[in-house]
Amino acid sequence: MNRTHVTCMINDDETEFLCDNDESLLDALRDEVGLTGAKEGCGTGDCGACSIILNGQLICACLAFAPEANGGTIETVEGMADGDRLHPLQTSFLEEASLQCGVCTPGFLMAAKALLENNPDPTETEVRYAIAGNLCRCTGYDKIVRAVLGAAAQMRKNPIEGARP
Amino acid sequence: MKAVGQNIPHDSAVGHVTGEALYVDDLPPTQGEVLVDAIASPIAHGKLLGNNFDELRELPGIVGLYTVSDLPGHNRFGVIIPDECFLPEDVVEYVGQPIAVVAAENRRALRKAKQLAKLEIEELPPVFTIEEAIAARQFIGPTRTIQCGDFEAAWNEAEHRLEGVFHCNGQEQFYLESQAALVWPNEEGQILIHSSTQNPTEIQQVVAEALGLNFHDVISVCKRMGGGFGGKETQAAIPAVMAALVVRHTGRSARVAYTKDDDMRSTGKRHPFKIFYKAAFTAEGRITGVEFDLYSNGGAAADLSTSIMERALLHSDNAYHLPNACFRGTVCKTNLPPNTAFRGFGGPQGMANIENVVQEIAITLGRDAYEIRRLNCYDHGLRNTTPYGQVVQHHILPEILDRLEETSNYQERLQEIETFNRTSATELRGLALTPVKFGISFTTRFLNQGNALVNLYKDGTVQVSTGGTEMGQGLNTKIRQVVADELGIGYEQVRVMITSTEKNNNASPTAASAGTDLNGMAAANACRAIRERLAEFAAQHLSDAENGCAAESSCIHFGDGRVWDERRPNASIAFAELVKLAYLERISLGERGFYRTPGVDFNRDTGQGHPFFYYTTGAAVSEVRLDRFTGHLTLERADLLMDIGESINPGIDLGQTIGGFIQGVGWVTNEELRYSNKGDLLSYSPTTYKIPNIQDIPDTFRVDYLQNPNHQVNVRRSKAIGEPPLMLCLSVWMAVKHALSCVKPGAIPKLRLPATGEKILRCLTELDGSTSRTEEEIPLIAPSPLTTEPEPKRAAA
Repeated sequence: MNRTHVTCMINDDETEFLCDNDESLLDALRDEVGLTGAKEGCGTGDCGACSIILNGQLICACLAFAPEANGGTIETVEGMADGDRLHPLQTSFLEEASLQCGVCTPGFLMAAKALLENNPDPTETEVRYAIAGNLCRCTGYDKIVRAVLGAAAQMRKNPIEGARP
Repeated sequence: MKAVGQNIPHDSAVGHVTGEALYVDDLPPTQGEVLVDAIASPIAHGKLLGNNFDELRELPGIVGLYTVSDLPGHNRFGVIIPDECFLPEDVVEYVGQPIAVVAAENRRALRKAKQLAKLEIEELPPVFTIEEAIAARQFIGPTRTIQCGDFEAAWNEAEHRLEGVFHCNGQEQFYLESQAALVWPNEEGQILIHSSTQNPTEIQQVVAEALGLNFHDVISVCKRMGGGFGGKETQAAIPAVMAALVVRHTGRSARVAYTKDDDMRSTGKRHPFKIFYKAAFTAEGRITGVEFDLYSNGGAAADLSTSIMERALLHSDNAYHLPNACFRGTVCKTNLPPNTAFRGFGGPQGMANIENVVQEIAITLGRDAYEIRRLNCYDHGLRNTTPYGQVVQHHILPEILDRLEETSNYQERLQEIETFNRTSATELRGLALTPVKFGISFTTRFLNQGNALVNLYKDGTVQVSTGGTEMGQGLNTKIRQVVADELGIGYEQVRVMITSTEKNNNASPTAASAGTDLNGMAAANACRAIRERLAEFAAQHLSDAENGCAAESSCIHFGDGRVWDERRPNASIAFAELVKLAYLERISLGERGFYRTPGVDFNRDTGQGHPFFYYTTGAAVSEVRLDRFTGHLTLERADLLMDIGESINPGIDLGQTIGGFIQGVGWVTNEELRYSNKGDLLSYSPTTYKIPNIQDIPDTFRVDYLQNPNHQVNVRRSKAIGEPPLMLCLSVWMAVKHALSCVKPGAIPKLRLPATGEKILRCLTELDGSTSRTEEEIPLIAPSPLTTEPEPKRAAA
């Protein structure tokens, strides 16, 4: 069958791939592009493990069709670090021991990144609200909230170069 | 600096935050790889009559479709009782049971084959509930008994008596990474399996048996799991066999990754229990005797059910001294997926029952439940023998309770809450403080062994491999810390390698919270053997006989990456340098370490013995708020206090404590498995099955640990932490019961587990005296019409 040609920016790299029209963006990222950071937890948009940022919007990649990415801009967990230099959210997750099995971690990081880009000084309630769409079965969430608040404070002190205002 | 005790990030933390850590389904495909899935039974119990598999084999993109007749080896498996089929011969026994294995070039073809599959199945009468199984006398294994004293006499002489029935529902493990396996063909018919399993050794064995291979023809490896929680202790076997079968027939590598929906529908869960209880007690509230008849819903095959029942029996005392007790446990066989291990392994059900009994004793006597708990708690010296004969030693249970009562302001809050409940027409609040005493060790003696391989390289770095698997719990991090300290080198000098049956044979599952205990000790033993050899060599190297300092290996010390003779500390040598010299002197720089837990022994026939090496203990206070109009439950505050010995990694242990507690909170509050009257799970995705999310975490959440100077055993004097915190959740369930008991003083609220909003509302309505239908009239599974209608029906699905 005919496959669709998609061109988009993924983590600042111009990327092309072929996909089926009914293929999810998650499957395309994992199978066609080889970016396996986003995970399929449930496949129904309930767990948030496949969270990515498409055109500035936090989405569940399992709920989007791959051709929807054509001409768009995608951010995934693989693009968070600047070379070997981790994003403050990543460092904060390490320091607060906010991860265990790690499958939900990329989704939480993307959700937290999307939050902090729009709201650099969130309250704990706002953090909780922002990550309410992400499920974690290991940590009990408490340390994830600490990590996001810690990273926000860090980023207010030392903004990332080139980050959107 | 010592690594043990430091807050070192998880071994894979950088990989997790960058997305570089690979799980089975993240491994890139190899040339010619095929995708594998199952055609599963839509019927809970039925006879296989026909199918359209020949048509399906002709579909484009289909590589092969295999049934039981294509299995080269034998079809039966089961770690305790070999009563389970990889693929059914003529009868299906649960919805979701794989009937055929289909291999395809791509997902589309795989989906198509599953959609177009036609199965002709003659329905047989199914059994779904414990009640139905008891009526049909369908049991797995014998009824087991643990007893002490004379319950009958205690009952007859009792000042007060209580009896009733305890119910709890099951729980889905809900590991974020569903079951998965990737199998590669190797030379000469050998195969290599990447499995998301807590038990690579079992995967090796069952795949070998199913394919008719020797064990040495199969290598089973596991880099990491995206959560296990017990659900991958035995149940990773079927997907591994499915993929291996395809490899055997096609010679191509094969991948299987369940969708969450299929995983939830077809794999086993925490066991539902029904327990008939009787308790005798004094006016003061002291328990003089109990009799518990435990029934669990084992599902369609034995799996680990009999062991889980054993642990339920061994935890039916929780933290309470019961001078006269009789516990009986029977596993029911039903037509649900075989229920299996889940964090706590029967412990939570046994403990929930006695906590419920204690709460009801308090309601009966009009006293506060914590008083009854404190009064009956295991003590020091006296009143500390369990019903199975093991003495609870070196514990600090009373101290934990006293401390927590104080630090949580229990008494003041209780007064305040009870006053509130007398005046509020819209809300009810509840408070409960419950203890946990969890026995550490496999109750099956032979499983209490571990082995580890430690290899030193010429630059002084180390690779360690153990039979333990990493599922997020931090085992690998702790192993690295232990090995670094044993060799006196930095944490960064040590790497933990992929778990493989090629390096660590005949390993026990990473389960029973014992992963670090067994594998950490085995690794430490390996390091000690290497250190002894190196010390002997270093003694020669660092001696100065002319100045009266003869070679003496007992004077050699290892630390901070250096080695020295205590008599001449300034003449030290770098560890890496010593290793290089030792290599040139042909000294062995590798070791396999072995460990078996000392002293554990339990006699199943008498129900007496010493099953546990030690106990991990703790307690929690939880405060809840209930909406009297909707039954909505809010957990407002939780205070946890545990004795976990000397923590090897405080950050990881804190994660295990909080995570375990919250997972338990899910079990006792919102996680409800609902089935159709045909035994088909209805709550098969997070859309309908509610695990805790961030909004379920209490606003005030305090976790602390209490030092226990009496705990002297185990690796670096640590304690196992994996399972015990889960059972702290019982404080939440009991807090709900406490709130409900304020509606009508003296009336016992018939609260089931989980306490969903619906159930709380129903209890409230009952207590308010309205005529609501009780739980007995609305069972979780509607009785199947087939059980009352013996005439078998034919169904084409």
